[in-house]
Amino acid sequence: MDMSYSAVMSRKKDILRRATGIDYDRFEISPLAFDYEGLMNSCEYSLEDVQRILEETGVGKTPLVELENLTELVRSISSPGRGGRIFVKDEAANPSGSFKDRRAALSVFHAKKLGYKGVVAASSGNYGAAVASQAAKRGLRAIILQEVYDSRKVGQPEILEKTRACEAYGAEVWQLTVGPELFYIMLRVLEETEFFSASLYVPTSVRGIETLGYELAQQVFQREGRFPDVVMITHAGGGNVTGTARGLKKAGSYNTIAVGVSVDLQGLHMASDIDFNRKSFTTGHTGFGIPFLTWPDRTDVPRNCARGLRYLDRYLSVTQGEVFYTTELLAKLEGIERGPAGNTSLAGAISLARELEKDQILVVQETEYTAAGKLPSSQLTFAKENGIEVRRGDPKENVPGKAIVIPEGVDQIQIEDIDMEKIRHSYIERSMKMTEGYVPTYEDIQFLAEDSKSSVDYVQETISSLKVKTAELA
Amino acid sequence: MSIDHSLADITPLVSEGKEHIPVADAKRGDLVQVHKIVLEPDQRSDNLPSCTKSVPYECWIKGFLIDEDADMGDEVRIQTFIGREISGVLCQVNPIYDHNFGEPQKELLSIDNEVRRQLERT
Repeated sequence: MDMSYSAVMSRKKDILRRATGIDYDRFEISPLAFDYEGLMNSCEYSLEDVQRILEETGVGKTPLVELENLTELVRSISSPGRGGRIFVKDEAANPSGSFKDRRAALSVFHAKKLGYKGVVAASSGNYGAAVASQAAKRGLRAIILQEVYDSRKVGQPEILEKTRACEAYGAEVWQLTVGPELFYIMLRVLEETEFFSASLYVPTSVRGIETLGYELAQQVFQREGRFPDVVMITHAGGGNVTGTARGLKKAGSYNTIAVGVSVDLQGLHMASDIDFNRKSFTTGHTGFGIPFLTWPDRTDVPRNCARGLRYLDRYLSVTQGEVFYTTELLAKLEGIERGPAGNTSLAGAISLARELEKDQILVVQETEYTAAGKLPSSQLTFAKENGIEVRRGDPKENVPGKAIVIPEGVDQIQIEDIDMEKIRHSYIERSMKMTEGYVPTYEDIQFLAEDSKSSVDYVQETISSLKVKTAELA
Repeated sequence: MSIDHSLADITPLVSEGKEHIPVADAKRGDLVQVHKIVLEPDQRSDNLPSCTKSVPYECWIKGFLIDEDADMGDEVRIQTFIGREISGVLCQVNPIYDHNFGEPQKELLSIDNEVRRQLERT
């Protein structure tokens, strides 16, 4: 069999159909639209089923903690009457140390139910460890593919720690150098082993996170007699946002504002051998966050179940320096030591809480475990070794790949709004480009409106401005 | 971390008149790491930045040595942690995890005092 790059890529549809157990063609409605809810429910688990499955392997039901000292600090620099209550959902309490266990638990259960002997995941982050952990629990084998090293064989410390964790759970780990050819390796391994593809973007991987949104809504309601006003969600591929927002709605929390937060790494190229080790965050950043909003179907499967633009009310960025500072605050003021990558949305919360009134409730929906490689000191040591300047100062002076500037005070933590209108426009423009020559129908426009959390009018205006012809609209 | 079998280790054998038998870097069953070049630069994906396109796409995998013995740089077969057989070039024996907690950072050390003083003032 031809194992060259182009040959394997040309076989991807068949490989993935066999490795996911999903016939994606079944859900296509047109070149533009597909049956999203149909696809999401194709795995046939109710929310109660999912909760039970997660409970079997010790996943979920994590503590909701009010960060009273941090709230007080934020109030001290807010206008009178401002400074909302900051809560955090301590997802590090999950078996492998992050909310990714919720994704892995359902996917691995599903793989076993369908009769697969093993699972494959392409992940340099917590998801790989979660899959390896759940595979161990369910008696399946696991292969984890990671992008770890640059061409000097210098490894990002956070990812080296992930290798260690995956191997501790008994997984076979492939440590690869920088490049999108990771997908080609994934296809080859799937073809050879006939294992299940534990993709981040299949229904089970996203629906597992619904339990997180549901749980936190219930926990807040039970304690405070109402639902949270705002939930802050670290955003990269979109699964975290999608699952959490869906779970909130399933709990009845319809008015909660879903805010996505990413670390700003704009200017760095995600496939660059040189840029790879010039960043301190390997996920939860704009390098994934923006592309996955403007074109969700860029994934390892034909249709992505993680559709952040469908659910996000607001999208913010924070700087690397602000997240490191926040990580210090969490440890020193709240006695909770957690990995920096899991504090991205907490950094955003510190700033956003100043906009809220004192009795409003803001929930940061995750934390991650901490270990060698996953502390501010590991990452900043590594940054300095790779020529990055690190200093205290105004976080506005952070330059991804060049300078990490750690705030001089909590009042300097300042979220930046990422222009959602521009992202929606980009999404529609991309959709038109990908289907050039096809004439969108009214049903297509409705789909685009839902998929971009906008309106039929907005979509029609945007399409007109792009000078794309549409079918005669009723 | 490779095993150093210098001549000093086997001097007694030599001085007893026995034939000098060099000891291999790794023997069957040892935990090792192998290296593979998965794609040469000209076999890589298009649309890559030049710094990435100009280097090979490489991989490292750990497992237990299947061959009787081997030296660094040999093409070997290993059994991975899930029992599959893979081949590659031997590059490490008994590989350690050397990621660490890093050095204390002066840019972080004063934050604790700063925020406590601030809270005391409120």
